[in-house]
Amino acid sequence: MKTLFLAAVFGAATFAQEGPVPGNLANTEIHVLPAQGNVYMLVGAGGNIAVQVGHDGALIVDTQYAQLADKILAAIKKVSDRPLRYIVNTHYHADHIGGNEPLRKAGATIAGGNVAGDLGAAASEGAQIIAHDNVAKRMTAPTGQQAPTPTGAWPTDTFIDDEKKLWFNGEGIEIIHLPNAHTDGDSIVFFRRSDVIATGDLFTTTDYPVIDVAAGGTINGFINGVNRILDLVITVYGQEGGTMIIPGHGRLSDAGDLINYREMITIIRDRVQDMVKKGMTLEQVKAAKPTFDYDPLYGSNPRWTPDMFVEAVYKTLKK
Amino acid sequence: MLASAQVNLSGVWSSRLDEDFPDRLAGPELGDYGGLPINAADRLRATSWNASLITLPEYQCRVHPSDYAASFADIRMWEDRDRDTQELVAIHIHHFAWATERTIWMDGRPHPPDYALHTAMGFSTGKWDGDILTVTTTHLKEGWARRNGVARSDRATVTEHFIRHGDDLTWVIVVNDPVYFTEPLFRSRDYVFNATGQIAPYPCESVTEIIRPKGQIPHYLPNTNPFLKEYQVNHGIPEQAAMGGAETMYPEYKQKIATMPKPGGAK
Repeated sequence: MKTLFLAAVFGAATFAQEGPVPGNLANTEIHVLPAQGNVYMLVGAGGNIAVQVGHDGALIVDTQYAQLADKILAAIKKVSDRPLRYIVNTHYHADHIGGNEPLRKAGATIAGGNVAGDLGAAASEGAQIIAHDNVAKRMTAPTGQQAPTPTGAWPTDTFIDDEKKLWFNGEGIEIIHLPNAHTDGDSIVFFRRSDVIATGDLFTTTDYPVIDVAAGGTINGFINGVNRILDLVITVYGQEGGTMIIPGHGRLSDAGDLINYREMITIIRDRVQDMVKKGMTLEQVKAAKPTFDYDPLYGSNPRWTPDMFVEAVYKTLKK
Repeated sequence: MLASAQVNLSGVWSSRLDEDFPDRLAGPELGDYGGLPINAADRLRATSWNASLITLPEYQCRVHPSDYAASFADIRMWEDRDRDTQELVAIHIHHFAWATERTIWMDGRPHPPDYALHTAMGFSTGKWDGDILTVTTTHLKEGWARRNGVARSDRATVTEHFIRHGDDLTWVIVVNDPVYFTEPLFRSRDYVFNATGQIAPYPCESVTEIIRPKGQIPHYLPNTNPFLKEYQVNHGIPEQAAMGGAETMYPEYKQKIATMPKPGGAK
């Protein structure tokens, strides 16, 4: 376990393309939908939350917004009366980590051994927040500089490898890092016995892939990530059933939805790649409308327009 | 009050393939989008479609969606009834093709929320309009309006009418797709009751047919599909008509076609 001791001043980590304005959340309801096995999907505002429950407690993937923390805890209570033990962050964007601090405080860690370390009894205070090390780097700041998020929201347990494994509630959980996709710190969470994957924003049913170029996201990393997820799924028949997928935004899904999404991303990447090879400028590529046939499906988000997506694809292919 | 069946649709029904036959058994020709109310976005999806796509393992056993499955082979229908009240709870349909099964809920339950899973069969509820069973289906996965690349989106709503005339069954399908259609798409299919009918299993196993780089998706870049002219030339169909659109669904469009120049090289 790595525990962060960096000083910080509260700030806001917001990627402008994602999530509603937190001020609009007063009337937001948190809906609970069974995904499969021990895993549920919580739908509210911001990114979807996956909840895995059992005798050991609750583990959640992402936390939406701080303003929704009480409602999220109430939703978790509907499916588990055990303590919240773990929070996993799929990436650093505000609509996925905004509730970290209050939700962590509401939970408790089973401490002892090297989990307690030098902290002693204090180690049991709050749930653990697990994330890839690059998430922590984007949420924190060196001593003396202002951090974009409060210290209480920071990951308490980071990993630098391709994967972190966990056994919780009687099932193996793989937290798999997919590099340079949506950001440089993306992880998906695979609940192996329940056969559910929480993808973070590597997959949504609502928008074009949001590629945070400034944070290391790339179109080819994104496609590689989606293909990695498809490697993990097993369907019952054709493209359906079997592994359930909780997307970063949008509806509960399975392989068929992800296959369609992969098809869309790959086709648009190929079109832009062809235009780049022909020496077309960004403005020429935008004018050619390489997303035209998919815009009625994915192009209605004013915070992540088709032109913004095309620009991100173009820039990362030009690198 | 639970719904009571006005007619009994249970049993095996054999498909009559005479209507739209070339579209159904032989399969539609590449570049034939006539008679479909598609918009420009769907037309680009269709012209970008490469038939090699269905050689990918994850596409080989892709089932026909419920609004398209009626075009193929026999079906078995059966009822679920509450044992005590004998009220009709649900009607089920098993399609021979890809062994798909769907449930039409007749007990008045609501459709799921928009964040629930979409499937190839969708979520269906039914009601009786006299002796006609009318079914509303939502929560469909993306499917196809024609199996040559013309997409039907996952936001479509489908209305079906099952009309029994003695041993004949007419199945009318109306597809409303706010994403890719400018008008509703209508289809009708005919079936005959088959008192001795049996439906065989339909297993499907995906295999690697072609070694490709990981993640490669066969498709045509815009304006590069080499097969779009074949249908037009072989049948003397003007390009505008072959490319479809709501106008091409109506009988009077034949008169307009007669005034258009035939494609170069038409036989």
